[in-house]
Amino acid sequence: MKMLKRSAAALALCCAASMAQAKGTVEVLHWWTSGGEARAVGVLKNMLEQEGYHWKDFAVAGGGGSAAMTVLKTRAVSGNPPAAAQIKGPSIQEWAKLGFLTNLDPVAKKEHWNQELPPLVQKIMQYKGHYVAVPANVHRVNWLWVNPEVFKKADAQIPHTWPEFFAAAKKIKAAGFIPLAHGGNPWGDTTLFEAVALSQLGPDDYRKAFVDLDQNVLEGPKMVEAFTIFKKIHDDIDSNSPGRQWNMATHMVINGKAAMQIMGDWAKGEFTAAGKVPGKDYECLPAPGTQGDFSLNIDSLAMFQLKDKADIKAQDALAALMLQPKFQRVFNMAKGSIPVRTDLSMKSFDACAQASMKAFKAASKDGRLVPSFSQSMADSDAVLGQITDVVTNFFNDPGADPKKAAHQLAVAVKSAQL
Amino acid sequence: MSTQIGVLSVPAKRPASRVINLIQAWLPKLVLAPSLALVLVGVYGYMIWTAVLSFTNSSFMPSFRFVGFAQYARLIANDRWHTACINLVIFGVLFIGVCLALGIFLAIFLDQKIRQEGFIRTVYLYPMALSLIVTGTVWRWILNPGLGLEKLMHDWGWTSFHFDWLVRSHLSVYTLVIAAVWQSSGFVMALFLAGLRGIDPSIIKAARVDGARLPTIYLRIILPCMRPVFFSAIMILAHLSIKSFDLVKVMTAGGPGYSSDLPALFMYDMSFTRGQLGLGAASAIMMLGAILALLVPYLYSELRSKRHD
Repeated sequence: MKMLKRSAAALALCCAASMAQAKGTVEVLHWWTSGGEARAVGVLKNMLEQEGYHWKDFAVAGGGGSAAMTVLKTRAVSGNPPAAAQIKGPSIQEWAKLGFLTNLDPVAKKEHWNQELPPLVQKIMQYKGHYVAVPANVHRVNWLWVNPEVFKKADAQIPHTWPEFFAAAKKIKAAGFIPLAHGGNPWGDTTLFEAVALSQLGPDDYRKAFVDLDQNVLEGPKMVEAFTIFKKIHDDIDSNSPGRQWNMATHMVINGKAAMQIMGDWAKGEFTAAGKVPGKDYECLPAPGTQGDFSLNIDSLAMFQLKDKADIKAQDALAALMLQPKFQRVFNMAKGSIPVRTDLSMKSFDACAQASMKAFKAASKDGRLVPSFSQSMADSDAVLGQITDVVTNFFNDPGADPKKAAHQLAVAVKSAQL
Repeated sequence: MSTQIGVLSVPAKRPASRVINLIQAWLPKLVLAPSLALVLVGVYGYMIWTAVLSFTNSSFMPSFRFVGFAQYARLIANDRWHTACINLVIFGVLFIGVCLALGIFLAIFLDQKIRQEGFIRTVYLYPMALSLIVTGTVWRWILNPGLGLEKLMHDWGWTSFHFDWLVRSHLSVYTLVIAAVWQSSGFVMALFLAGLRGIDPSIIKAARVDGARLPTIYLRIILPCMRPVFFSAIMILAHLSIKSFDLVKVMTAGGPGYSSDLPALFMYDMSFTRGQLGLGAASAIMMLGAILALLVPYLYSELRSKRHD
């Protein structure tokens, strides 16, 4: 009797397993591993499992995704790619060009992605006019984070332009605070430079320089001006910044050691975690000189070609889920970003996110929406690497010449296009 | 085992022993074969593979469109590669030189039949037991002006004290030397101490009788006797410095900017984070070439002179 019971149980288990198999599994490679991000991914997992599919988590932490990319390459080359992987920007095109990605057009059509997504976002997610990836969120990179308490103590005005910035920095320094908190690593230097470049070039020349890689603009007078301002900013950060991470810099603003930080809106997560409220404990406004411009960074999942029919169904379900209002809301509130769909209510979001959405809508209407090159949204890794080298070397060399740097930038970008 | 005994006890002894002889002749080769194959494929095979890749336009995946020496031309035009190579020369020369000097000094002092020698020796040798990651992290904290030594001195009231090499772009490479010397000089000391112990005391006594003073004895007699020790110490330190990667990765990550970059870090960055496999392969081959150019003549002269002795 016992034997019979046991085998029945085993049989039931088998059936359950095979049924789950019949419903398909999605394996998702990502590096959303920090507190808020991990929670956000958990939501996606739960929603997918509620529909009966299986979620196989494949999180590879470390190196801003470079560790994950190494794993992904090995898996893809050996013919066993995951269903979805966190790939963004032009890398999507590179993977698609190699023939690894699947076509999501049927899902896109059923879910009306063409109506829900802004044109620039559609373009990034498509290869030769076909959807190959699904966006999860929109980050704005050109933010200035401000501790108003420090400004009050230093009797300084919150800046909207670079001249105002330098005037305020002088007062803040005199009052014994650090004007700008900065994480001094190549990535951080490039993120800061992007804000400066966007303010000096404006969206059109920015696109020409960093998307079309136009040599004339790259070494033009506006770029020289950007480097000049960038160099001047170096005097307003503390000498101890090299090697610091961006979130440590954010904490300097939170603790009132520093007055400002220029960083994307993932910095908000740090403020939230410290129990700070936007508008009261801290302010978020566009980086100096970039009012109305929106430098965007989109996290997305690229979908790989699979063989198993059930798994393909699960993959489609995942793709459809990612643009559902519920996921968009929960994920983006956890991550500090805004929904990629512009038709959703922003009621439950905080003031910064609401401002971000407003700017996003306005910028996509005026053509002032630009892809963030510092966050790998505009160029291949090779080109970005060359830009990063020039920018970080310039920023850390006290004797560097802005004119020479602009020329080096043009040469370096050209040499990356082999 | 039992079958072997069975075979041995069979009256017809001749063929059995021939089998055993055959096994004895082949067994070492069989046992060595897998590791030999692994070395052939894993070291030399991939060396060739890297060389092949360096002539292609491989981006983030290997490709086989050959572009001749284009990757090498790009490499030589690359400012960061220049910085990395100059840094390697600075780092390598200082690291080897200071380690040798310190190691020899410590060894000579320890050789003066002092008390507690065993304990002191262990103290100096201990850093070698740490991983370079740990060494790098600790020294990054110590040398960080806002966290380590400089802050400590300021807190103690010595406010004019300045030691901020770690965050200065033209000095950061020297901080790597400090950490690397701290790690390895004890090991060099141990090598030389062993060498010193191997020297016949009667030579020293004879020199004393001839009226030579102690510094002269060491300089003129003992150190020249230790040529093989110099050889092994330099070999070990040289390869440590050329492959140096983990130390710079954790201590400065090549920064500020890329001012403290080293070729190994450059190679890793290009190949694995920037999707420029071709360029990374070219830099790897250049490093290999540099090692061969330096080491082959040295090895050749050292090993040949030994044969003459």
